[in-house]
Amino acid sequence: MSGTNTSHSPTHHTSTIGAIGAPSRRNTELALLVFAVVIPVFAYANVGLALNDSVPPGLLSYGLGLGLLAGVGHLVVRKFAPYADPLMLPLATLLNGLGLVVIWRLDQSKRLSNYAEAAPRQLLYSAMGVALLAVVLIFLKDHRVLQRYTYISMAGALLLLVLPLVPGLGANIYGAKIWIKIPGLGTLQPGEFAKIALAVFFAGYLMVKRDALALASRRFMGLYLPRGRDLGPILVVWVISILILVFETDLGTSLLFFGMFVIMLYVATERTSWIVFGLLMSAVGAVGVASFEPHIQTRVQAWLDPMREFQLSREGVQDGIVHSEQAMQALWAFGSGGTLGTGLGQGNSDLIGFAANSDFILATFGEELGLAGVMAILLLYGLIIERGVRTALAARDPFGKLLAIGLSGAFGLQVFVVAGGVMGLIPLTGMTLPFVAYGGSSVIANWALIGILLRISDTARRPAPAPAANPDAEMTQVVRPS
Amino acid sequence: MNKPLRRIAIFCGLLVLALLIRDNWIQYVQADELRTDKNNRRVTIERYASPRGNIIVGGEPITGSAESSGSDFKFKRTYKNGPMWAPVTGYASQAFGATQLESIEDGILTGNDDRLFFRNTLDMLTGKKQQGGNVVTTLNAAAQKAAYNGLKQQGGKGAVVALEPSTGKILALASYPSYDPSSFAGNSTTTDTEAWQKLQKKNNPNDPMLNRALRETYPPGSTFKVVTAAAALEDGIYTDPDGKTDSPDPWIMKGTTTKLPNEGNIPCKNATLRVALQYSCNTVFGKIGSDLGNDKMLDMAKKFGFDEEQFTPVRANASVFSDNMNPSQTALSSIGQFNTAATPLQMAMVASAVANDGKLMKPYMVDALQSPGLDPITKTDPEELSQPLSPENAQKLQSMMETVVDKGTGANAKIDGVKVGGKTGTAQHGVDNSENPYAWFISYAKGDDGSSPVAVAVVVEDDDAVRDDISGGGLAAPIARNVMEAVIDSKK
Repeated sequence: MSGTNTSHSPTHHTSTIGAIGAPSRRNTELALLVFAVVIPVFAYANVGLALNDSVPPGLLSYGLGLGLLAGVGHLVVRKFAPYADPLMLPLATLLNGLGLVVIWRLDQSKRLSNYAEAAPRQLLYSAMGVALLAVVLIFLKDHRVLQRYTYISMAGALLLLVLPLVPGLGANIYGAKIWIKIPGLGTLQPGEFAKIALAVFFAGYLMVKRDALALASRRFMGLYLPRGRDLGPILVVWVISILILVFETDLGTSLLFFGMFVIMLYVATERTSWIVFGLLMSAVGAVGVASFEPHIQTRVQAWLDPMREFQLSREGVQDGIVHSEQAMQALWAFGSGGTLGTGLGQGNSDLIGFAANSDFILATFGEELGLAGVMAILLLYGLIIERGVRTALAARDPFGKLLAIGLSGAFGLQVFVVAGGVMGLIPLTGMTLPFVAYGGSSVIANWALIGILLRISDTARRPAPAPAANPDAEMTQVVRPS
Repeated sequence: MNKPLRRIAIFCGLLVLALLIRDNWIQYVQADELRTDKNNRRVTIERYASPRGNIIVGGEPITGSAESSGSDFKFKRTYKNGPMWAPVTGYASQAFGATQLESIEDGILTGNDDRLFFRNTLDMLTGKKQQGGNVVTTLNAAAQKAAYNGLKQQGGKGAVVALEPSTGKILALASYPSYDPSSFAGNSTTTDTEAWQKLQKKNNPNDPMLNRALRETYPPGSTFKVVTAAAALEDGIYTDPDGKTDSPDPWIMKGTTTKLPNEGNIPCKNATLRVALQYSCNTVFGKIGSDLGNDKMLDMAKKFGFDEEQFTPVRANASVFSDNMNPSQTALSSIGQFNTAATPLQMAMVASAVANDGKLMKPYMVDALQSPGLDPITKTDPEELSQPLSPENAQKLQSMMETVVDKGTGANAKIDGVKVGGKTGTAQHGVDNSENPYAWFISYAKGDDGSSPVAVAVVVEDDDAVRDDISGGGLAAPIARNVMEAVIDSKK
């Protein structure tokens, strides 16, 4: 125990709010950013040395590119959100940089010739993502402004969710209909942006309705049962999630949205009964849909017995279902990596084939960086989530709290759903690992998400205006009710 | 709102914890299992990543390694005289996996074995490429050639196993028809796959990929009488090979009204053990088995290695002598019929134990494992499996088997200037013995000092030959003689 034990301090639980004159921590952020840039640069050189025995020619431009992104991000935060959380930007930069390295490594794969140019494109998407982060921080002076757009957000989210189903616009890629085609630009996953819009809508809606939802209820077997009419909103969200599952055959997105709503509902009302309801409803929904949707059934089978699915795929069994060996290939990649991995560039994770650099990118980390590397990546995600939850705790307004917990909860669920799927913990769903996986929509949307969290944390940590001419000001600590 | 927020924080922490636990499960607990799964292509990539070590016979490699292109496999296995050595080597194919020695000693051959770890680390530091080690076998090239060519000339299906009785070293291990493992060593979907398909049992009724020497059991017929004679001597119901036995002819099997017939008109009534073996009397040995009973016969068969798989280290099927038989079934089993079935290796073990004065040595084919630099890693020491016979009884049995070759059915196995003991067998099979019988011959050669350099078992199944022409002495004994001669000549 250190000598500066502050556990008796009245500010203990609210330390992130900070006392007046709390340091902005911008220099901490800058120092961490240096690491976040240097580590991926070394990893990049490592890949080149392993694959071609030479330092890759693109090293300089890659290093400069990533450095520029980090630098711009840092300067914008320093100028427009000086009290923002100092960890989020470096963590996101590090994950983004490592993701770029692995995507570039998979670009070199002979087995995956079709990915040849993914890394430069991903760097461009990352730049667009950081630009969006800058836009959020520059133009969104106060996150509470978003509250005004509660219902517009809802409309926007629904529109984004429906887009992939519009004939001629949507694209069915390997069973999941979650993409839209933009002629000349490629494909876009609107669900990634819908995630943020929905969080804004839920936060705004629940802030208004929380008292009604929390208080008007009957007690039954230790649980507070909501009134029938208060069940309306959760039923609507549930139905929408089911519709996504049925029409876009996307278990991941469906789970993500419903989970995010249940989390926010629970935080807003402090009623455990909502969690129970939420779990029951998602179980009923998932089982119900799985009973008639072959795409979901295949995913569940592949999860329960990946080896059988591998063999069916090898034998080319034609029973109307697309059998995939990918789940087994991913497990082999992880297993073959072992504790320390083969080293970057020296694995065979490209055997996974399609989506090796997007949905399955964690398997490459597993094989080439081993258990140690994957645990580090998972802990980096854990830290981002923790900083997000901390921001929610520190936020001074309920809207900010709800929005922060919604965004971090969704981020956490997404990491869990995709990493758990690739590692065979839960059935595989087509989703991207934030910041790391190849995909423009994902990386841009997640930078925007970090932007909003930075804005909320800046508001939360910003010192209250000091009372003028009070000689004791330096000594005064401000305690706010949580 | 902060209480539920903290709970959500814990929930998110649990999600991350679940992922961490799962990651440890697949990357630590199950890692080896996943890494070495035979369907995991990395196993094959690794196997062919560097020049594969060789399998060596008499100082000469019988395998090789060639660079291959057009896939993620850098090298390809090659074989010298593949069909002859296939029962020893097995195959290592990029597309179809590996079997037998190629699979069992894969770690040494690829150079990934833990015992090469120090060396590999050293190579890594000095920048040398990893290489595979060698597997030095006990086989004798001349004996193998005599065995394979003998079977080939015969043209039917068959197998030969030759052992060195004093050590258990496998000197020859041939099976016919055979296959060339080179023909499908690569992974071309045209040539290699086609060659592989043609060799599969469903496309080729001769089943050339069956290792008949180790993996096929045949009714041993009269050759099994050697085991029955050993049981009689060991039990003591008869102690003198030249003393009269209590053997009526015709003999009606106990508990039945069925006569056990002899083949032809031979002097089997109250015949001595020597004469009974010389003429292969069913009545005498059937009655001995019936008199000794199931338990004692089973006990003796087990001491010779029946009812157990042998690992040479390539696995050999278990030979069969049944339990819970009634006296007539025991009688039939004791002359190598009913359920009794033996691999050629098993019958070679019988001959070898008799020749080695009653001591059965564990058969093995890997003499030593070498590092890529030819330093020895391990050497196999001969190991005693059991002692089915006392030395005196073994010598009595030897003199009886020598009579078989000198004066009896095994005359074709005679070698000038060398004492040879043997036993023929002609085993019926099929419903009502409708199919062609198997011709068996087991034998051993003995030097002047009484030690035996080689024991052999030969089985020939010939679908085309006329039944009467097949007899152990006619078809199988000449092959056995050539194999024994080859071993004796190579020792000179």
